[in-house]
Amino acid sequence: MTSANPAIAQSGGLTPQRILVFGLLALGLIAPFGVYPIFLMKGFCFALFAAAFNLLLGYVGLLSFGHAMFFGFSAYVTAHAAKEWGLTPEIAILLGVATATVLGAVTGWLAIRRSGIYFAMVTLAFSQMMYFVAVQAPFTHGEDGIQGVPRGHLLGLIDLNDTLTMYYFVFAVLVASLLFLHRIVNSPFGQVLKAIRDNEPRAISLGYEVDRYKLLAFTLSAALAGLAGSVKSLVFQLASLTDVHWHASGEVVLMTLLGGVGTVFGPSAGAFLVVAIQDYFSGIGSWVTIIQGAIFVVCVLLFRSGIVGVMAPMLKRRGIQA
Amino acid sequence: MSGDNIIETKGLTKEFKGFIAVSDVDLKVKRHTIHALIGPNGAGKTTCFNLLTKFLTPSAGQILFNGKDITQAKPAAIARQGMVRSFQISAVFGHLTVLENVRVALQRVEGTSFHFWRSDECLNSLNAKAEELIEAVGVAEYRDTPAGELSYGRKRALEIATTLALDPEMLLLDEPMAGMGTEDIKRTAELIKRVSANRTILMVEHNLSVVADLSDTITVLKLGRVLAEGSYAEISKNPEVVEAYMGSGHA
Ligand SMILES: Nc1ncnc2c1ncn2[C@@H]1O[C@H](COP(=O)(O)OP(=O)(O)OP(=O)(O)O)[C@@H](O)[C@H]1O
Ligand SMILES: [Mg+2]
Repeated sequence: MTSANPAIAQSGGLTPQRILVFGLLALGLIAPFGVYPIFLMKGFCFALFAAAFNLLLGYVGLLSFGHAMFFGFSAYVTAHAAKEWGLTPEIAILLGVATATVLGAVTGWLAIRRSGIYFAMVTLAFSQMMYFVAVQAPFTHGEDGIQGVPRGHLLGLIDLNDTLTMYYFVFAVLVASLLFLHRIVNSPFGQVLKAIRDNEPRAISLGYEVDRYKLLAFTLSAALAGLAGSVKSLVFQLASLTDVHWHASGEVVLMTLLGGVGTVFGPSAGAFLVVAIQDYFSGIGSWVTIIQGAIFVVCVLLFRSGIVGVMAPMLKRRGIQA
Repeated sequence: MSGDNIIETKGLTKEFKGFIAVSDVDLKVKRHTIHALIGPNGAGKTTCFNLLTKFLTPSAGQILFNGKDITQAKPAAIARQGMVRSFQISAVFGHLTVLENVRVALQRVEGTSFHFWRSDECLNSLNAKAEELIEAVGVAEYRDTPAGELSYGRKRALEIATTLALDPEMLLLDEPMAGMGTEDIKRTAELIKRVSANRTILMVEHNLSVVADLSDTITVLKLGRVLAEGSYAEISKNPEVVEAYMGSGHA
């Protein structure tokens, strides 16, 4: 059909990139035997949150400062559905994701017309509004949040109260989501996104209604951020105001920038780093924020393209794409 | 169906905060001709392009394309109607390869551009067509190079290939040969001539020998106004035109 494409010709073999991916997969499978599973699951949830955010910042060039509303509201809906309605976890998660998707489509539709800092401000304004809703609405239980959310039985069969089972479920969700994100980026749609990011006027001059592509990307990003929040509410059996607070919106920016914008594994690396810092220094209270800030400043000054962004060229010389 | 003129503007005017960049321009571009827009720096040529392709909204006036009023249309819609522009500052997708740049243009017509669940390998069916186009502009050997790494002249060539990929009825080229060497200018001029066979081309170009060679009609702009219009022989005898060019340092 077409002339030889080196990427396709190679794709059957065991490339260094594949070895890296399989290595990480294996690591994820054995990790709970050496590391506290709750910590890993928290890391996975934020890794997914950051990866979803990265779709927007890294591949469309849009900085959203309101992603916590998708993360947090999805968590509320899932927690409510599981606790009050007694639904199975997969249905509760689906309802959470559906909520985040609708919220994303509406917010996106209104924010996409703005660009740069105005876009960030519109998303922030919306998430502040949703925060206010979360504080006021009775079903979120205000300051207390929704506590004691039952993890339930997946498909009515698999008991998620078992920590290891829950761990593998969360791990599977993360892997599937990263694969899905990888597919989005490497799809016909992803090509158009990259074109828009590289040169928006040129994309318009080729006849692309760029706002529609941005809106779809925004909605997909919101949906996956919602998935992260839903899963987190089952892991911690809690949905609270922390997850809709603008701090969470800021944290995901931090994670993505730390790890490397526009890289596949960067946001996950950044998420784990931030979660590790928070856990490690949790004893010293609000100093965590200052330490986090300091590390952020150092990282931004030392490696401008993030941890993975800086490592990628080194790996590339060995034929690995990060 | 819509007469001789593919484009017709009536009283086209653009004002930037009190500064009038394009003033009362009545432009008629005949179908299947090469029409050049020339004039000293700041004459309003690029602004005219931006108005015609709706990247800017006119302050006053009307634009007809194929007899249809497009004064209120959106820029992407105009491209889909068959009027495609290039940019004065080379506009390529820097992180995409040369082949992918052209393919992005071909892809839109396929109707798969919202398919986020499919592998981009389905775009490989467009490779043959894309390769033909990059061959025609002489950048085939850079097929898999990210476009951002090309020299300026090759970026311009790639831009033309991308524009042609849409097979537009009307091309607007803003200084397509700026930054090219003599060899490339020759090839590009031949290419423009070749593709003009069943299309209309409106182009801005400072290289007057290219303009003389290619264009059927030339419109000279100065300070936003039409100074003269006609064949090269006609306008080169016009004392006002000669003055305008001498005055701004052009030969
Ligand atoms: N967005 C803008 N805001 C304000 N002034 C503008 C804007 N765009 C163009 N101008 C002004 O309008 C005038 C015409 O600019 P234009 O770019 O159309 O000139 P041009 O004929 O293409 O010149 P060149 O040969 O240098 O490309 C210039 O004086 C320019 O400074
Ligand atoms: Mg110009």
